[in-house]
Amino acid sequence: MFILLGMPVVQIVIFGFALTNEVKNAHIAILDASKDAATASLITELNASRYFDVERYCTDYKQIDDEFKKGTIKLAVIFPAHFDEDLQHFNTAQVQLIADASDPNVANTLTSYASAIIIDFQNRITENKKLPYTINTQLRMLYNPQLKGAFNFVPGVMAMVLLLVCTMMTAITIVKEKEMGTMEIMLVSPMRPQIVVLAKAVPYLLLSIINIITILLLSVYVLDVPINGSVVLLMLESILFTLVSLSLGLLISAGVASQQAAMFISLIALFLPTIMLSGFMFPIENMPLPLRVVSHIVPARWYYTIVKSVMIKGLGIQAILKETLILAGMMLFFLTMAVKRFKIRLA
Amino acid sequence: MSNNKVITANELTKTFGDFVAVDHISFEVEKGEIFGFLGANGAGKTTAMRMLCGLSMPTSGKATVAGLDVYTENEKIKRSIGYMSQKFSLYDDLTVKENMQFYGGIYGKKDAFIKSKTASILQELHLEKEANVLVKSLPLGWKQKLAFSVAVFHEPEIVFLDEPTGGVDPVTRREFWNMIYQASANGITVFVTTHYMDEAEYCNRVSIMVDGRIEALDAPAQLKQQYHAASMDDVFLKLARKAVRAAD
Repeated sequence: MFILLGMPVVQIVIFGFALTNEVKNAHIAILDASKDAATASLITELNASRYFDVERYCTDYKQIDDEFKKGTIKLAVIFPAHFDEDLQHFNTAQVQLIADASDPNVANTLTSYASAIIIDFQNRITENKKLPYTINTQLRMLYNPQLKGAFNFVPGVMAMVLLLVCTMMTAITIVKEKEMGTMEIMLVSPMRPQIVVLAKAVPYLLLSIINIITILLLSVYVLDVPINGSVVLLMLESILFTLVSLSLGLLISAGVASQQAAMFISLIALFLPTIMLSGFMFPIENMPLPLRVVSHIVPARWYYTIVKSVMIKGLGIQAILKETLILAGMMLFFLTMAVKRFKIRLA
Repeated sequence: MSNNKVITANELTKTFGDFVAVDHISFEVEKGEIFGFLGANGAGKTTAMRMLCGLSMPTSGKATVAGLDVYTENEKIKRSIGYMSQKFSLYDDLTVKENMQFYGGIYGKKDAFIKSKTASILQELHLEKEANVLVKSLPLGWKQKLAFSVAVFHEPEIVFLDEPTGGVDPVTRREFWNMIYQASANGITVFVTTHYMDEAEYCNRVSIMVDGRIEALDAPAQLKQQYHAASMDDVFLKLARKAVRAAD
């Protein structure tokens, strides 16, 4: 009853407030080579708007590059030297916007917000002058110059497919054996329970590896999404994520008695959070704090970041060390829990 | 302790929290014996059986199966026993032959053994034509007989049958019991739980569990005499009515 009445309320709250495509308080970096009155007031305006928070002031491109790699900023605003002078003497000046287009939607939104603010500023300073000022905005879309949606959804789909195949299928097959009574036969046989469980998991690991390869081949050759980083690293990380999903499947199967329950729990516990909280559909930065906290326990969130970093941004292991360790930790946790529960059932 | 005793239980107890599922039961089963293990639902039959199969650790008491201790040698026990549960327990989506190969493989039997054994079972059950048929398309009675054959496939010392004839027609039940006698004649000890009191009559000895304790243990004829009953059914009812614990 509570579910029936509570569900719509929860959903409307989550979808209405939490999951919005609108970008607020995006972290940006400023490279101000001019440091004059005009740039100062433009920066103030950017910072004052609710869309942007100036996170860092950089002194060269190298720093901006580093920030993008770390994923701390979504957009960089670059003023060339003599910005104000150019504006005064030639009535025209340049500003460059660099956006992290590994998430094309966010990149698009942010650059249009920034351009709007710049045009606003340009119109205001023009008001009391005879000659109109023009500020030319140059856009650069980092990692994904053509703003292809595939750059965003390939990593997301990878996370989803692996999670679904591994977790749901492992949970279901093991529970199926329980339902059929064959699991009992296995357990009275000389086979060790660990071996039985392992034997159930291995086929899905292999299946997932094939899935990963298929998705990667399709994305490279059909969707033109490049793999900018190391393919080996990407595969290893994917296998790690597969293992996390498998352990999660084992954990679920140790706890439930029927295939329907296994399916239901896999869907509720995995599918929805993966879609909503991994950052794939809705940017995590814009979620209210409670949801942001919850998103930390969604394995797909970390994997999604890893795939984006390695595949789209072409980064190495040092950039995704934290995510890798978190996934490894999750795997160990799920696995020990699963084995423990399995043992309790046997005792 | 004589070598003829394949199962011994001494004050065997299993508790789940405050609930005493099996309450200090003691009995012995001899080699080649067909031992009926009777009791109402919830009397503790399955729990007792699970302890003997090494699926569940006893809380206290002693027990040996095939001369092996249930506490310390439960992995070894698993090699010497066969098991058939009340749930049908073959793989529906494997063929008759594949099921036998699979279970033979689990018990670590050699290919040659599996091959000859499979052939002889198929012949015994008159299933030669169905060797490559999926198990799910067999009638229930055949499946149960096949399941029993699979349970004794690796020629165990003891086979545990947990309500093996549930939902099976009388003719097949009769055939099933013939198979049990056959196994017993071959020296396999049969430990069987059942709800059918006519089947209890087929056993060499039966024990009747009530509320986790063994209330009676003897040959069916002796039990009938002792309780002045015409059939095992009456014996069972007289004993089962004493139960305090609700059946589940």
